[in-house]
Amino acid sequence: MDLVTSILSIAVFAGTSLVFATVGEIIAERAGILNLGLEGMMIMGAVTAFATAYATDNAYLGVLVAMIVGGLMALIHAIATISLRADQVVAGLALTIGGTGLASFLGQELGPGGGPLVGLIGPKFVEVPIPGMSSIPVIGEILFNKDQLVYAMYLIVPLVWWFLYKTRPGLHLRAVGENPQATDALGVNVFRLRYLYTVIGGMFAGLGGAHLSLAYTPGWTENLTGGRGWIAIALVIFATWNPARAVVGALLFGGVNAIQFRLQAEGTTISANLLNMTPYLLTVIVLVAVTYFEAFRKKVGAPAALGIPYNREERV
Amino acid sequence: MTSKRWWIALVVLAMIAAACGGTTSGEGGDTDTTGAEPAATTEATEAPTESTPETTGGETDAGGDFKAAFVYVAPIGDLGWTWAHDQGRIALEEELGIETAFIENVPEGPDAERVIRDFAQKGYNVVFTTSFGYMDPTINVASEFPDTQFVHISGFKTAANASNVFGAMEEARYLSGMVAGAATESNVLGFVAAFPIPEVIRGINAFTLGARSVNPDATVKVVWTNTWFGPPQEKEAAEALLAAGADVIAQHQDTTEPQKAAADAGKFSIGYDSDMRSFVGDSVLTSPVWDWAPKYISIVEELQAGTYQGDESWYGSMADGVVDIAELSPLVDAETKELVEMKRQEIIDGSFQPFCGPVLGANGAEIVAEGKCLTLGELLSMDYFVEGVEGEAPNEAPTGLGS
Repeated sequence: MDLVTSILSIAVFAGTSLVFATVGEIIAERAGILNLGLEGMMIMGAVTAFATAYATDNAYLGVLVAMIVGGLMALIHAIATISLRADQVVAGLALTIGGTGLASFLGQELGPGGGPLVGLIGPKFVEVPIPGMSSIPVIGEILFNKDQLVYAMYLIVPLVWWFLYKTRPGLHLRAVGENPQATDALGVNVFRLRYLYTVIGGMFAGLGGAHLSLAYTPGWTENLTGGRGWIAIALVIFATWNPARAVVGALLFGGVNAIQFRLQAEGTTISANLLNMTPYLLTVIVLVAVTYFEAFRKKVGAPAALGIPYNREERV
Repeated sequence: MTSKRWWIALVVLAMIAAACGGTTSGEGGDTDTTGAEPAATTEATEAPTESTPETTGGETDAGGDFKAAFVYVAPIGDLGWTWAHDQGRIALEEELGIETAFIENVPEGPDAERVIRDFAQKGYNVVFTTSFGYMDPTINVASEFPDTQFVHISGFKTAANASNVFGAMEEARYLSGMVAGAATESNVLGFVAAFPIPEVIRGINAFTLGARSVNPDATVKVVWTNTWFGPPQEKEAAEALLAAGADVIAQHQDTTEPQKAAADAGKFSIGYDSDMRSFVGDSVLTSPVWDWAPKYISIVEELQAGTYQGDESWYGSMADGVVDIAELSPLVDAETKELVEMKRQEIIDGSFQPFCGPVLGANGAEIVAEGKCLTLGELLSMDYFVEGVEGEAPNEAPTGLGS
């Protein structure tokens, strides 16, 4: 395996949890709900996925529970921000801080006999080479020699893209985040859709966490997500709310560490800090473009009503 | 409406005050337990008297009213550095019966200063601050609380009531290097390292010297992760080293991820901080380990007896028991085992030190000449790599050190 192949192979593996979380956040933000609780939902997904998988010896059950937990946490966010019209930034931050603490606590309690989960080795997803395709030179190693959750990602991303841009419910989803008043006038239930897509976003975040604790770094250690939820939030902007572009971004964000470690190991000396900075720098540039250039904003379709609570009684 | 809010505010305030009074005995209770409160704080430093039953509650029954606090940089569940310190804390509770408290995940910087000050205000007799970056905060707070003893781990500054404690991990690193050097087939050893600071560089150099003492062809590749505690990064760095041909992975990090990555690739590894073989399996050939319990117990005993030298600068060795290597894996061959045990005895009886000449630098410079050894000061400021290390160090190796 040459250097480029191995870097791309790792980028796909490392980027998978980011793709799930980012796609989930894109769905929620397209519906107008900014959920900064991504990190908290991911880490709760990670700890409950591993605890369930360990207790039942079934990694798939772990994934299921992680998605339910992620969805439930998002439901809290939905109640606070949609029904009670709380500030979305504050509610999301609270979800992250609370989730991180709760995950650490559960990590001490959910092990065998109420003991800690740390240091246990449980079931995990391992590489399942796809017959035939995995032996294609270069591409086979990069794409088709991975675990089941990575394959699930290959299916989910195009599905979400198709749903968002090619279906009527997808149009409603985008409309709710663009102009809830007008959508409401069309007879679409804004509140119900916002609830639905916030919860679905949380389920994706839980799935991302599950990929970390069941496949990428199997097992549980505190702070397992290591800020990946925040990276995913930056990725949403980087991807300009488009799931297809999110994949490219996740590869870049996920691969950049792998790249700089590989370069170090090969004895090349590019400043690691400089390389680590690149994705964030690009995010800032995209963010500036989105905010500053109206035409660009319209073109990429940044949701106009993002972060604004919808109030039927209010005039606009 | 307004009067109602006042009542709520009052109730909340009362609850906060009650909570502070219940869990701690230092601050917070000033208003409702006037008079008794100052007695509690001064009492701690003088002779124990059986007064103030209300303020101290059921908290300080066991070992008189001596209380020790610990500030940790990572969670105790890291199985590494912080876990090892927490074993020392548990030993204090179990063997001396004193009350202890700890706060995990305290970032190095202003937050650390607040946490340390908080412990001092609450009347803890000794505060252990267990990360390099807590050094300046510790010294700052120490000047405000002359009656409290502070013990900082791994730094170099002291004050009248702030001591500095560390250990010669390089001795154990050297031995683990011998194990790795004997085990490698590719003659490439990988080292996942946190930050290019002297503590880490010293460990890499000692590891390399040990490896090359049994296998002169061995080289050590270093990858910096720029984090003490980052499970994904540590794994990725280890994989990068494995891809670059390393077949034994050593580390200076806070989790077992590099060990797991090596095990997954069917390669060996050397752990750190705690016996990582017990968590990952026999592919972990050994781990240089810390044992803080004896030193922590002796500090507290001396403090209770009033004989502790408050500004001591202690650099413990393998002979003191603060550093050692964990039991070797059954996968280590008998010849290596014997060799390592022999060297270990030489280190303990003082006849061998890792950094005695001749030691060459990565750039070929003669750092220490034959017959000389690095001084403690030179060890503590090491910022260059020795011959056999491939990686980026802050400085080029100098010449003519040692005495």
